[in-house]
Amino acid sequence: MTQSVVVQVGQCGNQVGCRFWDLALREHAHVNKRGLYDEALSSFFRNAVLIDMEEGVVNGILQGPLREVFDSTQLLTDVSGSGNNWAVGHLTYGSAYREAIVNKLRKAAEHCDCLQCFFLIHSMGGGTGSGLGTRVLSLLEEEFPDVCRIVTAMYPSAEDDVITSPYNSVLAMRELTEHADCVLPVENQSLVDIVNKISVMSHGAKPGSVLRKDSTVTSGQGSLSPTEKPFDAMNNIVANLLLNITSSARFEGSLNMDLNEIAMNLVPFPRLHYLVPSLTPLYTLADVNIPTRRLDQMFSDAFSKDHQLIRADPKRSLYLACALMVRGNVQVSDLRRNIERLRPSLPFVSWNQEGWKTGLCSVPPVGHSHSLLALANNTCVKPTFMELRDRFTKLYRKKAHLHHYLDVDGMEQSIFSESLSSLSELIDEYHQLDATKARLIPDAPRLSIAR
Amino acid sequence: MSVVTVQLGQCGNQVGQELFDVISSDAQDGQRKTYSSVSRERFFRQTSQGDFEARAVLVDMEPKVINHSMNRAAKSGRWRYAEASHFSQKQGSGNNWANGFRVLGPRHRDAVEELVRREVEHCDVLAGFIPMMSVAGGTGSGVGTFVTQCLRDVYPSSFVLNHLTWPYGTGEVIVQNYNSVLTLAHLYQLSDALLVHENDAVHRICSQQLNLKQISFGDLNRVIAHQLAGVLQPALTPDSCGAYSGNPLGELVSALACHPEYKLLSACSIPQMASASIAFSTFSWPALLKHLRQMLIANTKMEEGIDWQVRPPPASAGRTSSLTAGGFNASLANLLILRGKDVYSAETGGFEDPAIYTSWLPPAEALSLWKSPVPFDKYEKSATLVSNSQALLRPLDDMVRKAWNMFASRAYIHQYVKFGISEEDFLDSFTSLEQVISSYAQLQC
Repeated sequence: MTQSVVVQVGQCGNQVGCRFWDLALREHAHVNKRGLYDEALSSFFRNAVLIDMEEGVVNGILQGPLREVFDSTQLLTDVSGSGNNWAVGHLTYGSAYREAIVNKLRKAAEHCDCLQCFFLIHSMGGGTGSGLGTRVLSLLEEEFPDVCRIVTAMYPSAEDDVITSPYNSVLAMRELTEHADCVLPVENQSLVDIVNKISVMSHGAKPGSVLRKDSTVTSGQGSLSPTEKPFDAMNNIVANLLLNITSSARFEGSLNMDLNEIAMNLVPFPRLHYLVPSLTPLYTLADVNIPTRRLDQMFSDAFSKDHQLIRADPKRSLYLACALMVRGNVQVSDLRRNIERLRPSLPFVSWNQEGWKTGLCSVPPVGHSHSLLALANNTCVKPTFMELRDRFTKLYRKKAHLHHYLDVDGMEQSIFSESLSSLSELIDEYHQLDATKARLIPDAPRLSIAR
Repeated sequence: MSVVTVQLGQCGNQVGQELFDVISSDAQDGQRKTYSSVSRERFFRQTSQGDFEARAVLVDMEPKVINHSMNRAAKSGRWRYAEASHFSQKQGSGNNWANGFRVLGPRHRDAVEELVRREVEHCDVLAGFIPMMSVAGGTGSGVGTFVTQCLRDVYPSSFVLNHLTWPYGTGEVIVQNYNSVLTLAHLYQLSDALLVHENDAVHRICSQQLNLKQISFGDLNRVIAHQLAGVLQPALTPDSCGAYSGNPLGELVSALACHPEYKLLSACSIPQMASASIAFSTFSWPALLKHLRQMLIANTKMEEGIDWQVRPPPASAGRTSSLTAGGFNASLANLLILRGKDVYSAETGGFEDPAIYTSWLPPAEALSLWKSPVPFDKYEKSATLVSNSQALLRPLDDMVRKAWNMFASRAYIHQYVKFGISEEDFLDSFTSLEQVISSYAQLQC
């Protein structure tokens, strides 16, 4: 059984992280009731490191029901926050707490029999998550070079209320491009849209259909925290993402998909490791006997732009690779049928025409009979990154707020320009691939054998 | 004579468990004592309490599948895996052949060799090894290739017949074509023969022949296990002088794979039906063999939808070496195994027809015939055909073409280089397989 260490940094990172632990514990308690697999429960969840430069969120956790799960050795806090300043998070706190962070990471790693992966959760727009979070990322690469690093990064929407969020995001992006193995970008606006959709379904549902309230996506009901905080619904979705990604490592299935397989199959070139996640179903109706058509609907939904966790339409862009992680009572024939059905409408890059990575896990999530997580390495991230670059340039051209950053010890203007170049290069790489989309690429000439 | 099976990776361990299950239930049903005891001796050993333990070594880089297979075996009540016959680690190979072959294989070499050695010691006479694995993933393919190499080194005079499962063409693992190319190129040098099942073909059997609505990997594995058991269960061979052959792997290899460039074997069997229908069907050898012959030359794995239009080209048709050539599948050699009632009166002339073979071997040498009067796996009459033919040529070519296209863009190569496989290694493997493709394409001359 492999273990992962979850490192949650900053306010957003910690809030999402807590939803994850809450739901994970609930999932295992549910499964345990049926007498399956308690090995998974014992080892997987011991390993978390919680970092924040303000105390509010982490203290809240320590007073809440999850206090049983964490002990103080796993926490690192300070009091004054990072002022939404990447440089403060990355450089000031990064240096001040370097040793403490490395120690805590080492301790968490030591608890693991077999450490497979670090999950880092943080937002991009703030100061701690984005700055200190990416500093932790580099530290992970230094100290544990052989362990996979998967980052769940929350990208700010255009309407974000933090003015400097474009700076923070672009500065952090460069770190993610250079030091992460995989990044799962999530946009706040997409989460808002999805939550609204769920809420419409639950209030305006068709007569005769009943929305299952105990589903892990829609509620914290039945979970450990009695009060629902405002972002809980959105954070639930991200937490579910993590739950589904790790399901094959925790439960059995006829075609296992491990975390190291995800990086292997979905990252054809080292820098192009941004994987767009989509989750279905987001809500369930209580009729238990799901006929095949509904199952197929789940597959179709996974590719629709309404279910993506960033605002993008992968069908209109180019797929480099795609992974489908199915949970529940779904057989390989269902998987194959749907791949065949959907394949013609999905543009794949010429050298990966049948580029599917598939996994089947027999245990469904709580409240659903089956579920699907799709991770797409798709050029549809390009517009998101271009928008981010535009917002950055708008500020940077006018040198707005720059002094807050340059005043920080160790921060230089070159870091800004380098981060901008890194982002532009990344966009370019996606652009090159996009350009091949319409072209008919012939097969590469084969080696000829003399006879 | 006993066979030691080495189950590698998820697929190898899942298929292996189904194989032992079919064999054990077939041996149990068989009313003939000799058949049963030969079968049991070949695949199982008996503990002092009278339990049957499979002569198998289970290897995987993570524990879940092995645990599952061992539990399922024990539940059968008829047989089980020995407690100490397995080796697993905590973390898989990540679908990375290079990781399996260059890192994990060597790291765990001693432990695996030790398990194999112990199993071999339990055999009075060793008939050989059957490593079972898929070619798409990381452990079966990478570690499996390394383990095959070790078997070759440690037991140079034993037969090694690899059973390979090829993945669905439309992808289970994105880098499956790379992993397959590397595996096949290496195994070609190491193995005596490669007996291949393709998931696509087996899937068609399940959906069109067996009419299963929802098909699981378990269903695929049971079809594979049935066909494999049809090959490996005891039979009377021309060399065995009236007794069940004691050297099944050796005789299979010499019947089919005597030329180093031609090692790809495929299997098909008839009849194949849902077990509920078997009781209501009657079979005649002429009908069974006629269908089986057409399945061979039209390259289809099932009776449903046979294309009767496909015929061997007339002798006057000049030399061709194309992949399609009218859909006709030319054979180098065939092994026909007949089981059940009236086997001695079955007329097999259709398989001796020179037109279905390439011209270099006289048909009398190209066809080998094994028989067993004992009905197999509940079928009153059944036939299994193992062919060394062009059947795998198209799938192999597709695999190489896709891998080559991906290689041309160097996609994913950094993942392999990280573990010690270079672009040179890839090129060598591509070259070897183009050679194999060319050889098989020439069979129609």
